[in-house]
Amino acid sequence: MADDVLFEFLHMEMVSHIYKDQASRGEMDKDRATCVSTLEGMGFRVGQGLIERFTKDSPSFKDDLDVMKFICKDFWINVFRKQIDNLRTNHQGTYVLQDNKFALLTQFSSGKQYLEEAPKYLAYSCGLVRGALSNLGMDCVVTAEISLMASCKFQVVIQKI
Amino acid sequence: MSRQSNRTTDSKKMNAELFTLTYGALVTQLCKDYENDEEVNKQLDKMGYNIGVRLIEDFLARSSVGRCQDFRETADVIAKVAFKMYLGITPSVTNWSPAGDEFSLILESNPLVDFVELPDNHSSLVYSNLLCGVLRGALEMVQMAVDVKFAQDTLRGDNITEIRMKFIKRIEENLPAGDE
Repeated sequence: MADDVLFEFLHMEMVSHIYKDQASRGEMDKDRATCVSTLEGMGFRVGQGLIERFTKDSPSFKDDLDVMKFICKDFWINVFRKQIDNLRTNHQGTYVLQDNKFALLTQFSSGKQYLEEAPKYLAYSCGLVRGALSNLGMDCVVTAEISLMASCKFQVVIQKI
Repeated sequence: MSRQSNRTTDSKKMNAELFTLTYGALVTQLCKDYENDEEVNKQLDKMGYNIGVRLIEDFLARSSVGRCQDFRETADVIAKVAFKMYLGITPSVTNWSPAGDEFSLILESNPLVDFVELPDNHSSLVYSNLLCGVLRGALEMVQMAVDVKFAQDTLRGDNITEIRMKFIKRIEENLPAGDE
């Protein structure tokens, strides 16, 4: 079975490639946004597939909060080898998942040096969460922010039609 | 406690799927970005190279393999240690050339191609070309220039997956100009 570190290397290289590619195509005005949406789109499709495999034998979820708890525990453990450290909600469709030592950011220096570059490495994971939730029947918007290196917050806002 | 251990084997499997699915998404994206399969193959090789030059550090740190004496030993280490450690498979090393500088790795199964089918309009796509780049990059960091390519691929209808590796030359360490 593929080793964990392979995914981390592949992810690093993917981010680097998408950004280099965009730069070489020379369209400066829309580069950052397109890169982020490309990565997010890839994560979305993978998230959909993954959640189908994870949950095929488990019973259906009681409500949205139950789904979010599953994401915070089982899904996060399977994908990032640890649980979400903190889940907050306003009980009106917005959830904030805080991970204090996000697996894809721990290899960066823990100071402020790469804080600006770090969001590139969160786009794919946002897509993963959005894809997973989408296949569980919840349409949402997932964004992420970092204030301190390796600790990041994913904000999930459920879209009510 | 037994439930716990169930989780860990499951999570190893899930991580493998994460890697496989991510790789699939990457190849799909590359096919969208580049018009022809040759370009995609080249990009996969380049990305694999970048991964390989870093992966070798991880490999040397985690396995306690020392310096290989010759290319045959290198082949054994790649097949029995590296592939086992990273992909969980042990390819067999066969088809040595008479000069001892070329061999084949036969993979019974390729974790990268789980769930994958190649559509007809991508017949010259070498889906797992990343592997070639990884091997090339990793070996270059240990002073070996090699040529790696897929000789047979189950995705394209062959029975087995065969990677052909050829030793080109030993890379000499270059001292910076001005050092004696």
